[in-house]
This record gives sequence, structure tokens and C-alpha cells, in this order.
Amino acid sequence: MKSFFSYYRWLVLLLVASFCLVPLWATVIGGFKTTGDLRTNALGLPRHWVVDNYISIVSTARFWQMLWNSTVIAGFTVVLTLLVSSLAAYTLAHMRFAGRKWIANYLTLGLTFPFATAVLPVFIRVRDLGLLDTYWGVILPQVAFNLSFSIVLLRSFFAELPKELFEAAIMDGCSYPRIFLRITLPLSRPILATVGVLALVGSWNNFLLPLVTINDEAVYPWPLGIMQYQGQYSIEWGKVLAFVTLTMIPAIALYLMAQKQVIAGLTSGAVKG
Amino acid sequence: MPSNRTVIEELPIRKGPPGKGSLKYGLRKSFQSGTLTTLLLFLPPALVLFSLFVILPVGEASYYSFFNWNGYGHPNKWIDFENYLRVFSDPVFLQSLGNNGLVILVSAFIQVPLALWVALLIADRTRSSVVFRAIFFVPYILADVVAGLIWRYLYDGDYGLVGTIFRWFGHDAPDVLAEVGWATAALLLVVVWKYFGFHMALFIAGRQNVPNDVIESARIDGASRWKITRFIVLPLMRPVVVLSLFFSLLGSLQLFDLIIALTGGGPLNSSHSAVSFLYTFGIRRMRVGFGSAVGVVIFIICVLVMLFYKRIFMRESASR
Repeated sequence: MKSFFSYYRWLVLLLVASFCLVPLWATVIGGFKTTGDLRTNALGLPRHWVVDNYISIVSTARFWQMLWNSTVIAGFTVVLTLLVSSLAAYTLAHMRFAGRKWIANYLTLGLTFPFATAVLPVFIRVRDLGLLDTYWGVILPQVAFNLSFSIVLLRSFFAELPKELFEAAIMDGCSYPRIFLRITLPLSRPILATVGVLALVGSWNNFLLPLVTINDEAVYPWPLGIMQYQGQYSIEWGKVLAFVTLTMIPAIALYLMAQKQVIAGLTSGAVKG
Repeated sequence: MPSNRTVIEELPIRKGPPGKGSLKYGLRKSFQSGTLTTLLLFLPPALVLFSLFVILPVGEASYYSFFNWNGYGHPNKWIDFENYLRVFSDPVFLQSLGNNGLVILVSAFIQVPLALWVALLIADRTRSSVVFRAIFFVPYILADVVAGLIWRYLYDGDYGLVGTIFRWFGHDAPDVLAEVGWATAALLLVVVWKYFGFHMALFIAGRQNVPNDVIESARIDGASRWKITRFIVLPLMRPVVVLSLFFSLLGSLQLFDLIIALTGGGPLNSSHSAVSFLYTFGIRRMRVGFGSAVGVVIFIICVLVMLFYKRIFMRESASR
């Protein structure tokens, strides 16, 4: 009975695993094939390994430029999301002041707001602020849309830190900003990592917002760049697949390095219910 | 102590030279400890950003939705509910909403059960489970755009996997993405591929929260593996299943990147979602009023889903 279960378990798991991995395998290996080879041989190893597809991409400035654009946008988004939301979450968790509940409720309103509803007005606002075709035109709306969820996560974590620490610090004459820097932040690394990963992945993969606010190719983040490249070489699948493979590398590298934080971050909605 | 009063308000006000307990002393004290300064420095960044890019835009969308406006100058052609009438009489929009519904159905009847099934097989901490868990989550960490392009290749009749498989059997491959109906079905498969790892991760976390002693005692009483799953594990995991379905609903309503990369909404606009409809017919043509009306409809659906979920969730937690 036990061995039957064991066979059945392996059979199911291997089938599902191949469903997950075969598309990725075909993509990575496809980047090494000539167009003719791709036509007749989608799954097997290339008959002749062709590296031209990859080389023709990594040797262009355009490729590195768009990775750089995405990196800058994601970097600022993560730092600003962490900074702005932890500042607000700190006051909401530890300080008592008039209208605290109001402000807390107001800031969590965003949990229900789908970005698509706001996209046209956001475009008009970004345009009126003169931020079209700039990094900030992507960074600021992204940070704003991260705030609600980040504040909810951070605030509930901050509120569970031991109260005695704060009382002792206040008795010793420690100011609120110092408590924030010296006590709250160092104790909150796990939740900061969760919020940071969420902001990082969200920004790195974001497509709709830059699609609307960025028109200038020099500022394209990679998801826009890859769509443009695909439009340009639509039939030369080898090139497109090589491009796709290269853009998967950073995501998979991050995943392998920080698997625990990535899964925790991306499923954190569930943790809080 | 009431929570919604300032530190300053709570200080007794007394006339006389500044001393302990006076207003002046209190103000000075709160400046020294940094209460006021802290509030004035810490809260505004969040409030300003959030108001400017989240709250106001949603309000503006509902305002613009009553105008015929191309985004330049000021909206001045008020047309009542004309945009909403146009939205709901647009067969492409109705089909897009239908596609959103299909995604939800496939998610509820294929994706979520598959994820639950697999999660129960790998919820333990053995080496093989950990490896499989890592593999199944990989599609989820990829960008939607990447997933769309990968499958656009796989579905390509001339080159991709589908073409190869058909040629093995000596047939010419159909161009899956170019046929109405098939394109939507193809999209649904990609949705399952891309997102089932997310649901699986939820279920693994949920399974690990089921107390082990309950299962252990059932096993000692001679319950079979199937009976333990059916009568102990699954009932205890109900809230996670509800949560997972809720995420499917919201996720479906946001579906966009994948569609643009995979089908671009085609053929004949048959594979749009609500958001890709909004992009194609509202944003690309700068029909701000019309697009905003679509956005408001999406918003209302989201809020309804949220309320519905809260009700179910409340009932669930009340019954326990």
C-alpha cells in the first residue's frame, strides 16, 4: 500500500514538473538553434549549437540600457516603498494622535483599488507633472500603489514588537525618530525583506504602467523592450527565445538566492488573510 | 486612554509660568521627545503619494467617465451615462468580461484543485518535496510578458512544440493563436501554467498549519490516508481554499500583460480581458472618458468581490 502511494506520488509529481519545465527547456534551448532547426526540432538538443542569437543581443547597448533602466526603477521603488511605508506604519503602530484610526483606514483603502481603474488619470497626472518618459513617472505611482499593502504588513509586525522595549527607551529619553532607527527597524528585518521582495518583483515585472507613461526607447524597462524586440523579429524565434532566456536569468537568480524570502513575499497576502 | 487624541490635547492646560503640566511645557516636551516633529515628518510622504497617485485618480476616473474627452485641455463635454451605455453595449467588452469569467471558472475547477492535489503530495519536509516545490513555483516568478512570449512560441504552428507534436502524427499543425475559440483556450492553459504554483504555495502553508497530533491520532485509530485527507485535512483547509479562490477572482480581473504578449487580444478581439480591452480601446485611442468608464466597471466588480469574500470569511470564522 505504501509503495503504491509512493509510485503514484512520483508519477503525478514528475508529470506536473515536466508541465512546468518543458516550456522553459524549449525556450532556453531554442535560443541556441537556427530557424531551420527550430522548425523540425523543438524539444531536442540543437543539431549545431548557435550562440549568435545570444551574442547579437548582449553585444548591443540597447539590451544593457533597458536592464539598467529596470534596475534603477526597481531600486528606487524598493527603497522608497520601504522608507515611506515604514515611516507611516511606525507612527500608526506606536504613536497616539488625533485621527490615527482615520488615517490608518484611509491608507488601507488602496487594498481594494485595481490599478487599471486609475491608469488613465495616473497617466494624465504624470503628464501634467512633466514626468512622462522619466524614471519618476514609473517609480512614484508604483510606490503609491505599494503603500497600502506594505503599511498593513509592517504595521501589524511593528505592533507585535515587545512594548517594554519602547517604554524603556522613552524612559531613557530616547526620541521617537531614534526609537524608529535603533529599535524598530533592526528588529523588523524579516518583514522588511518580505515587503522589499514584493516591491522588487512587482517593479521588475511591471508592464502596464511603463507602457502608458514611457514612450522613449532610451527609458524603456525590459518588459517594454522585449515586446518591441519580439515585434521586430517576430519570425526569427531563435533570437526572441534567446532574448527571453536572458531576461529570465535575473528573476531565477534572485529566486535561487533568496527562495524563502521570495515565496514568503509573493504569498504574503495569504499570511495575513 | 482613548487612542484618537493628540498628546498635546491630553495635557492639562493651566495658566502660570511654564512648569510641569502646563501647555507650554507640554509642547516643548513633545518637541523634545520629537512627537510632533515625528508626526509631521513621518506621515506626509505616505499621505501625499497615496492621495496623488491612488485616491485622486480613482475619483478622477469616475468623474472623467461622464465626459467625452481625449485627454487634452479640460474635459467639458458632459455626456451623462453615454460612456457606460457604450461600454455595456459593446460586444467586445462583454466577450472580454466573459473571458474573465472563463479564467475564473478554469481556475476554480482545474487550477485550484490541481494545486491542492499537488500541495498535499509535497507538504512534508522530505528532500524530494522541497525540490518539487521549488520547481512548481518557477513559472510564477517569471514576468507575465515572458510567460506570454514563451507560449506564443510553443503554440506557433510552424515552429513551436504544438507544431512538432502534430507533425509527429503526420498532420499539419493548426495555428492555435489565430483561431477564434482556440486562442482563448490556449490562454487559459497558460494561466494554469503560470499561476498554479502560487496557489500551491498557499496550500502548502495551509497544510502545514493543520495540527499534526490530530492526524497522528486518526492514524493510530486506523484511518486510511484517503480518509484522513477527506475528513480531517480538507475540512481544516477550507479557509485557505476560499482565500485561494478569492485571489483567482482578483487576479483574473487584473489579467493584462499575459494577453498582450500571447495574443494581443486577437484574433478578431476574441481573447481580451477587461483590462486589455481598457488598454486597447480606451488608452491606445486616448478615449479617456470611455476608458475611465471601463475602469470604473472593473473597480465596482472588484469591490463587490471583496465584500462577497468578507461575508464568506466572516461566516466561516463565526461558525468556528
